[in-house]
Amino acid sequence: MEQEIQMNVAMRMKDDPTMRGFSEEQKQNILESRVRNELKRRGMDQPFIIRSIYHLKRALVLDLGNALNMTSDSGSMQVKNIILERIPLSVLLFTTITIIEFLLSLYFGLKLSRNYGSFWDKLVVYFSPLSTIPGWFYGIFFIMIFYSWLHILPPGGFMDFPPPPTAIGRILNVIKHMILPISSWILSFIFLGIYSQKNFFLIYSTEDYVEVAKAKGLPDKDIERKYILRPALPPIITSFALSVISSWMGAIVTEVVFNWPGLGMVLSRAIGSFDAPVIVGVTVIYAYLLGATVLLLDFVYALVDPRVRI
Amino acid sequence: MENIELTSTYSLKGIIKEIFKYKTAKFSLLIFILLIAISIFAYTTMPYDEAKKMWNDSQAWLKNPRNAIPVWWGVFTGKKLPQNIDLKNPEIKVLSESPEVINYSYNFTFNYDDFPTEFNIFLKSAFKEQPPIIKIYWEKPNGDKIFLTEKQVRSENDTFYIGNEFTIEDKLTDYLTSKLGYYPSYPLTVMRGLFVDTSGNLNIEKGNYKLHLEVNKFNKEDTIEIEPIIYGKVYGIAGTDHLRRPLELGILWGTPVDLAFGLGASIIITFLYLILATISGWYGGKIDNIIQRLTEIYMLLPFLPLMIMISLFYKLNIWKLLIVLILLSLFGPGIKTQRAMVLQVKTLPYIEAAKTYGASNMRIVFLYIIPKILPPVIPGLIISIPSYVFLESTLSLFGVLDPTEPTLGRIIQDAFQNGALYKGFYYWVIEPSLVIVLMAISFALLGFVLDRIVNPKLKEI
Repeated sequence: MEQEIQMNVAMRMKDDPTMRGFSEEQKQNILESRVRNELKRRGMDQPFIIRSIYHLKRALVLDLGNALNMTSDSGSMQVKNIILERIPLSVLLFTTITIIEFLLSLYFGLKLSRNYGSFWDKLVVYFSPLSTIPGWFYGIFFIMIFYSWLHILPPGGFMDFPPPPTAIGRILNVIKHMILPISSWILSFIFLGIYSQKNFFLIYSTEDYVEVAKAKGLPDKDIERKYILRPALPPIITSFALSVISSWMGAIVTEVVFNWPGLGMVLSRAIGSFDAPVIVGVTVIYAYLLGATVLLLDFVYALVDPRVRI
Repeated sequence: MENIELTSTYSLKGIIKEIFKYKTAKFSLLIFILLIAISIFAYTTMPYDEAKKMWNDSQAWLKNPRNAIPVWWGVFTGKKLPQNIDLKNPEIKVLSESPEVINYSYNFTFNYDDFPTEFNIFLKSAFKEQPPIIKIYWEKPNGDKIFLTEKQVRSENDTFYIGNEFTIEDKLTDYLTSKLGYYPSYPLTVMRGLFVDTSGNLNIEKGNYKLHLEVNKFNKEDTIEIEPIIYGKVYGIAGTDHLRRPLELGILWGTPVDLAFGLGASIIITFLYLILATISGWYGGKIDNIIQRLTEIYMLLPFLPLMIMISLFYKLNIWKLLIVLILLSLFGPGIKTQRAMVLQVKTLPYIEAAKTYGASNMRIVFLYIIPKILPPVIPGLIISIPSYVFLESTLSLFGVLDPTEPTLGRIIQDAFQNGALYKGFYYWVIEPSLVIVLMAISFALLGFVLDRIVNPKLKEI
């Protein structure tokens, strides 16, 4: 790092026409003083521990500084702007994915727990090892099949170029680009998701009060809603929140595979140009997103679970 | 719900016996044995360092075609795709004694359905005053002899890239125009011009071709070795990548690395969890508190971005990455569930007995509790192996790992970066992916079977 700074300063001095009049010795002195100033400016003269605390403080107040050479789409070099303008796109895709996954696994899990041992139940169990393969990996195959071979869906990106003129056309176009990422994630998630939801509901549907409700002759719909889903709500919310978090993490790779211009793409571009402030910034933002979700979860828990008192 | 028994009654030996009752487990063990056998085969034929050196040696693969598909894959295309034609054993004829002019003519039959990709002539010569001059003629099956070019050798090890010479392209265009009577309607390249027939369509002329090289030596003692190669479109059992490397080398030597990484990470992390959870549950009090709070903090760490950041800034190779991975997942969510088991085991009579006869804490933790809670943890261990293999490929996909190490993820990344998906080099992605998928599915199957054995609760369902 120190050598790099020295080299940079020396290069800049070589290009500087005002330096020509000085003798070699003077030049050397100027070089040394400039390197010292540069080190001081970057805080490199402080010991490592103090530097760490300083950087930690800046990260905590979201003072992420300027990027080395990346710019946001609006032209800003502030890391904050580069990241903030991409977050909505990531959230759009991956929250959609999580909600679809969640509803599908909830619905089928509940259905299968009511008639376990059926053909569909066994099918889900047999296919559940497929879920060890992550979504982006299926994504590679999906691009191969649906773009390179069948030519029916775009391989990635956010919108066609040029974008369709009408607003509805644009929305449909974005949805068309979302089909492949969404379906690859669902394929990766769905079997294990249904399997674990089913096991989870089985525990609840063998409780005594469910048996009583059945004996009373309540309709299936009521039993499912009031006697199984309601008491299972807090853990369900937890699993939903956790899958939202994990989808943001998985988003990093999926966005690279599908060229989706979200946070993961920013990270990938920053890695390509070795833009350290942006990489650190993305990591900090992820930490904040995680922390915020967990905090929110605690509040929601207190709302839905009558046993939790604030 | 509180009284569900979390630990099982199986011993490790019992589990292994039970495994063989399941077909899926047998299948996955078979794949596992196959992978191990492949690794042993690879590593006994060539040590990893040597393979790595060869993999990164840009000079070693010059004689392979670029992006060639595997031979068996070519069968499915329905066409007979050209293989590499390495021309050897020329007919040598001395045309004149002084200055010495020697004619090398190479005979070969070309009966494939597609054009070759490249045509290089590798030359190795030793000369005194002036390097030899070479005139190159091309003889088609119909007997037409076309003068291609005249070149002087530039150094002792030289290569003529015939496929890239514009002058040759012009000569071939002239020849075709004179034959057809009009300018060819298709875009002509050197490779097409050499092998196209004179019907006006882009058809291959099959038959016996001849390549004549007239070498003009300036000194009697000059020597020259000539090796013309016409590059095909299929190569080897696994094809080649953009740097002409045979993929089987990368896959064979990369698979064990991935396997060792996944196994190592999974085993070490699971055992660390076990030890920490047991210590936390057994000692209780302050130690328990610290470990639990640390676990909660660790659960908030953005794991993947941190891994990417660290491996980028510190330029990690895969084994250092393993250490970082272990440090970053030291206090994982697994500790919470395992601690719950420890709290149950703690109240069992045999632990009470151990306490009364004065067993030390260490003895109870490592010899009495950990073996008891080990069986229910093993399925998780097996199931999590693929996720570490995929972590390796994820990090490779970002290009943050050591690029010189052949791993499965690295090959996928190379393919992805070079547009294999869009250009149709599917074999390049499918081959390494298939190995990873096989690995993942077999470990997952084994894990699920183990889960059913050691968690009897699931068996009823």
